[in-house]
Amino acid sequence: MQFPILSIITFTPLAAAVLMLLFKPERKAEVRVTALAVAVFDLLLSAWLYLQVYIHAATGYQFIEEYQWLPTLGISLKFGVDGMSAPLVLLTGIVMLTGVLISWGIDDRPREFFAFLFILAGGVFGVFVSLDLFMLFFFYEIAVFPMYLLISIWGWVKTREYAAMKLTIYLFIGSVVALIGALAMYFTNGQATGVYTFDMLVLEKAAFPPLFQYIWFLPVFMGFAVLGGIFPFHNWSPDGHVAAPTAVSMFHAGVLMKLGAFAALRVGIMLLPEGAKDWQWLIFGLAMVNVVYGAFIAMIQTDLKYVIGFSSVSHMGLVMLGFATLTPQGMTGAGVQMFSHGVMTALFFAAVGMVYDRAHTREIAKLGGMVKPLPWVAIAFIIGGLVSMGMPGFSGFIAEFPIFLGAWQYQWLAAIIASISIIITAAYILLVIRRAFFGEVPAEFEGHIGPISPLDKVALVTLCSLMVIIGLFPVVIVPMISLGVQNVLRLLGGA
Amino acid sequence: MPVDLLAILPELLLLLVAVLVLVLDPFWKDADRRVNLGWLTAGGLTVALVLSLLLGRPGGSALALGGMVRFDWLGFAFKLFFIFGAAITALFMMDVEMLSRRAEAYLLLVAATIGMCFMASASNLVMIYLAIETTSIPLYVLAGFLLNNDKSTEAGFKYLLFGATTSAILLYGLSLVYGLAGTTSLDQLAPAFTSVNAVSLGVLALLFVGLGFKVSLVPFHFWAPDTYEGAPTPVAGFLSTASKAAGFAILLRLLLIAFPQVALQWQWILAVLAVLTMTLGNLVALAQKNIKRLVAYSSIAHAGYAMIGLVAYSNLGVTSVVFYLIAYILTNLAAFGIIAAVGRVTASDEIDSYRGLSRRSPYLALAMLVAFLSLTGMPPFGGFIAKVLVFAAAVQSGWTWLAIVGILNSIIGLYYYLTVIKVVYLYRMDGEDEAQHPIAVSRPYVLALAVLIIGIILVGTIFGPWFGFSQMAAANLF
Repeated sequence: MQFPILSIITFTPLAAAVLMLLFKPERKAEVRVTALAVAVFDLLLSAWLYLQVYIHAATGYQFIEEYQWLPTLGISLKFGVDGMSAPLVLLTGIVMLTGVLISWGIDDRPREFFAFLFILAGGVFGVFVSLDLFMLFFFYEIAVFPMYLLISIWGWVKTREYAAMKLTIYLFIGSVVALIGALAMYFTNGQATGVYTFDMLVLEKAAFPPLFQYIWFLPVFMGFAVLGGIFPFHNWSPDGHVAAPTAVSMFHAGVLMKLGAFAALRVGIMLLPEGAKDWQWLIFGLAMVNVVYGAFIAMIQTDLKYVIGFSSVSHMGLVMLGFATLTPQGMTGAGVQMFSHGVMTALFFAAVGMVYDRAHTREIAKLGGMVKPLPWVAIAFIIGGLVSMGMPGFSGFIAEFPIFLGAWQYQWLAAIIASISIIITAAYILLVIRRAFFGEVPAEFEGHIGPISPLDKVALVTLCSLMVIIGLFPVVIVPMISLGVQNVLRLLGGA
Repeated sequence: MPVDLLAILPELLLLLVAVLVLVLDPFWKDADRRVNLGWLTAGGLTVALVLSLLLGRPGGSALALGGMVRFDWLGFAFKLFFIFGAAITALFMMDVEMLSRRAEAYLLLVAATIGMCFMASASNLVMIYLAIETTSIPLYVLAGFLLNNDKSTEAGFKYLLFGATTSAILLYGLSLVYGLAGTTSLDQLAPAFTSVNAVSLGVLALLFVGLGFKVSLVPFHFWAPDTYEGAPTPVAGFLSTASKAAGFAILLRLLLIAFPQVALQWQWILAVLAVLTMTLGNLVALAQKNIKRLVAYSSIAHAGYAMIGLVAYSNLGVTSVVFYLIAYILTNLAAFGIIAAVGRVTASDEIDSYRGLSRRSPYLALAMLVAFLSLTGMPPFGGFIAKVLVFAAAVQSGWTWLAIVGILNSIIGLYYYLTVIKVVYLYRMDGEDEAQHPIAVSRPYVLALAVLIIGIILVGTIFGPWFGFSQMAAANLF
């Protein structure tokens, strides 16, 4: 038997969370050190995993582990990664570590904070590596409920209760709608073949009847895509981003939204490929609205965090757009975009959090000249901005270019409309950079803005360098994603 | 051992515990009673549980005691639930001033449990009625046990009035069944009810009144919130779990053994009742300010969810009902245990008095988080698997709309459970330093809550064995 790396990656944070809850509440330092150690451990493992998958360069799933869990119902703990999920596992590891670094200063019940954050992380890992539909739901829900606690307890006082409840209810509704679809798949396949199983490798081959796919694709895809922020169910997302504490925003926008997109791909498109073709026009259209509308709304925001929140909606729209093209180019772009946007948005929220912690305001109009007291933050924000605009040389370009290429193949006019977002994105990002980071420092902040800690710097540098590396050497990620895309496209019948 | 003896082994052991409690009580000084009685009962019940599990496992399905009881896994499984629930309740009772020194309280608890055990295995109409009364009468007394507390007296009295009325109606229904079938043996009833008509409808309606009261189905639920609120909290926990499960045991056996031919009829009646029960329970729970009333309405709603599995009327359906009850018993007992532990210190059951709980007692708050998330149906806790199984059974049998109603209701549930969690974790006590007001939890509570919380997590993660256990119980009915 091979080394069970995927279970270790998934269960370590969960075990660590339980362990941390057993510490005495006063022992805050021990909790932080444990959290850091576990995060480093998981990042190393996921990096090693990424490297292995990259070297093997095989289509299909690797590192498959299977443990019988409830054989009577065909539920097993089945893990495996492909080119699509391995980068996302790495992304989760990165965001987890940087999130811990940035939350070092949390002083209100850090034990509970890190425990809930790690339960969240464990759930996220679980979804990315699950090859069993039931377990995928299991981990999906585990990833959702800690958000409520993290946002409502440690969030921004003004909106946290409202935002946390809204987010939880949106996501819960989405997931149970998808669950009904999954149960329908389970029973339909079972009645047709006599083998009742939640194993997705089996369900992939089930070839459900066209009418079934037509009916169930939308509930399943949209149920998950709610978490991916798809229009018109994106409303929870900016509110949630803004209300959440920094590390949770990073997790939320950086990883959780990918969780929704990924599950929509894995369960929606891969298990119901014919349904995906039937509804392609709708998903494509909604994603296009996401991209353009999100960018427009971002432009008129006055709160720095809302700008980033809506830009996430816009960028996640690009991921959905890439999926909806059902072309190799579009999907590869979407895969890269998931990784790139995850890193970028984590960086943005980290930077905004650092500004807010010192200036105690996120009103763009009140900020200014932050480049002087906070040069590291400003540079990081600018790099993030360049990625966001899709500048060549940064990861955003590697992601967005193929997406638009794929979109053009499907519907050139829509591609043109969607590409308007690039211009708007450039406009609002540059505007924010100029107003918040350049110009005169307002008198009230003079001398009050302290420097950021070395841990913060480590986090910022890690995130920035990743985006530059991908931008300059796309070869570190693109071949891997295209393998993952091949794994998807083989189900779409040579499309 | 002869099968007649084996079939009632749990009941005999319980009787032994009851006798021990009565006999030993006079020998103890008043100061010692508080500790001794509780540990004796809880310990005795645990031993009874273990012994039954070791010696009293049924082989197949056999009639015993002249056809009065059936010795099978369905009954046996439920008996284990009841004894477990009673043992936990005995631990919880140790810290209630008025209960803990009185041997009668523990005696009544054990007596009610014996009645429930007979409910689970009764295979004859007469036995069913006797068992229900044996269960109810001690519970009426327990609910009204706090003599100098008006609410408790009201609780006991209300429970008694509703119980007496519905049991009279049930008895009338049972006598009609006897009149139509000419026998009181459950196994020979089926031929008398072969076609769906007004007669079977009438009989079913009368039976559902009596049993609907036991499991607190809407519209026979009115007693539940008032009784739970007024009764001593551990007793309310026992009422809402073991007593409700006992009602389900009879419903399962009666409907599946005696009325399989008119299944479509009772399926529809129960489906409508389940929808009403879930919806009303959840909607009214939204408005509650008192935590005991909130949990009371939530447990009404949970009876509705569990009913979905019965409506599905399939092997998976019955399995899911049993599984649901396992998860629900663990979770609701934990919820009431926490309420009792907090209420003892704060002397209040208002949700507002839970402000700052996570700072006053982090572990109690964590236990509450686990219990409430399990009630919501979140993994990795028992409630999640239970809900998924029930909904899956509904989808499998073509009752998808019922599963969807159930899911909509879970969303309402999510809202009010989270509201309580929010008070516990987010809000702070008014102008007080929480560190100055810790909530001490006594040893019996720590033990009981630890068992329950670990149980909830085990049922939610390693669900295979529990599922197998439920499946064995269900297999007897098909």
